[in-house]
Amino acid sequence: MANGNGNGKNGTGGKLTQVLDKTDETIRGSQAWNSIFRPGSVYRRGYTDSPRNRSYVIMNNVLYHLHPVKVKRHAVKVSYTLCLGGLSFFLFILLTVTGIFLMFFYRPTAAAAWDDVRTLETAVSFGSLVRNMHRWAAHLMVLAVFLHMCRVFYHGAYKAPREFNWVIGVILLTLTLLLSFTGYLLPWDQLALWAVTVGTNMMGYTPVFGDGVKFVLLGSKEIGNDTLLRWYVLHVLLLPFVTVIFMAVHFWRVRKDGGISGPL
Amino acid sequence: MAEVPEHLLRRSAERRKALGLDGGDEGGAPPEAAAPAEPDAAPAADVAAPAAAEAGGGADVETASGTRIPAHLLERAKRRKAAVAGGEVAAGAAAATATATIAPPASGLTGPGGHTQRLLTVVKSGSIQQTKAEAQDKVHVWPHLLVVELASILILMALVTVFSAIVRAPLLSLADFNRTPNPSKAPWYFLGLQELLTMFHPMVAGVTIPGVALGVAALAPYYDKNPSNKPNDRRFAIALFTIFIMLWAVLVIIGSFFRGPGFNFVFPWKDGIYFEL
Repeated sequence: MANGNGNGKNGTGGKLTQVLDKTDETIRGSQAWNSIFRPGSVYRRGYTDSPRNRSYVIMNNVLYHLHPVKVKRHAVKVSYTLCLGGLSFFLFILLTVTGIFLMFFYRPTAAAAWDDVRTLETAVSFGSLVRNMHRWAAHLMVLAVFLHMCRVFYHGAYKAPREFNWVIGVILLTLTLLLSFTGYLLPWDQLALWAVTVGTNMMGYTPVFGDGVKFVLLGSKEIGNDTLLRWYVLHVLLLPFVTVIFMAVHFWRVRKDGGISGPL
Repeated sequence: MAEVPEHLLRRSAERRKALGLDGGDEGGAPPEAAAPAEPDAAPAADVAAPAAAEAGGGADVETASGTRIPAHLLERAKRRKAAVAGGEVAAGAAAATATATIAPPASGLTGPGGHTQRLLTVVKSGSIQQTKAEAQDKVHVWPHLLVVELASILILMALVTVFSAIVRAPLLSLADFNRTPNPSKAPWYFLGLQELLTMFHPMVAGVTIPGVALGVAALAPYYDKNPSNKPNDRRFAIALFTIFIMLWAVLVIIGSFFRGPGFNFVFPWKDGIYFEL
């Protein structure tokens, strides 16, 4: 009925809209829909679109910790933020979910790790897909966090009153790199072993306590069982834990410092 | 004189009406200067009295007052005068003689026009009230922002899923300490550092440069004192940052694609790509 006007537009587009409208009416008119979405079912007092209800959607919601009820108009433009910060956060969540899945099938020992990954790839339903997603999302997250930093710099968004949030952001970038790097070792294949060898050799050149740093990182003189266990715990527990704390402060400061910066 | 704010005019009109003065003004704001010659709020009379006394210097109470001042106010002023006089007497003889020279307050409670108070000035609200928040153009997060976020998440999720269904994550042969692959490369985001290793001592390339770079980046807001965020006002900062990023990108790309066996320079289109993600 919405598109049933006689403006000569009765091509496929018009027909499609009609069909969609009709389907919409059928679904919303059905008994199942009305029993699920009857007023008071999902929203206790029903939902009608009004400024008051739009405010309640945020205020009565866990998202209120992330979002205010209203934001500056320019802040919702995709062209301003490119969603990079939000997508970094989403990638972190995606990595947590897929990572938990992977943990069910993985033992962090030099004898078992590679075989476990192999088994996961060949014998577990969706194992290969989830591992791929975990790896690609991880690379993507490094990229997204980095690009987010560039975006913030080009907008001058690190300036007062947001200086400290920028510092937290740099810490989060470092944590992201560390998360990615610790995960790199876990498949225990040639790529993992030697990439980590190159990386940790570099850190061994830290002035004064280079050897100490290397020993703490590896858990021994050479990469081995201890390293794997150590990096596993770092990767699945310690670093995500620290990252979540810094993210919480990061998001909180975004709001406390007056929302996102701009407009330019 | 500055124009009197609307709400003050309205209030004064109501006051007048309540006091039974100039009954003609119905409700709305009276355009004739209501405020200046106003026997307005009763409490203000006490405050205004000293000022009137100073300015008036012993003007007569009874001259023109009868028509303008309501009876009850006059009565109250009289009572107050009596009270003030009584208080002075009670205060002691020495004090009384001392105050005698400043005595006019007692008799000079009204101004030249017979008014018990004067309007000295009208102060605009903006000049005494600090208004912090300026009205901003804002929109509701629901639906405007949440819809954008949901859409971007769905798009990204679709991309990652499709890409992961098509492209396998690498899993090379089991780690072997006796077989060093040639070349051995760090993860791509460290390849810039590995590239620097070919130019500097490892302590410089692997620790000092990245450490200093991170520190310089983290402290950027503390030495960049330019308050503007307009691109035109910060060409130097933007140029510097862009050069730094480009330099880094070039190093990473060279390390990723232009380094072959022995970490020697190769052309990827001639010698193949030695790069695993």
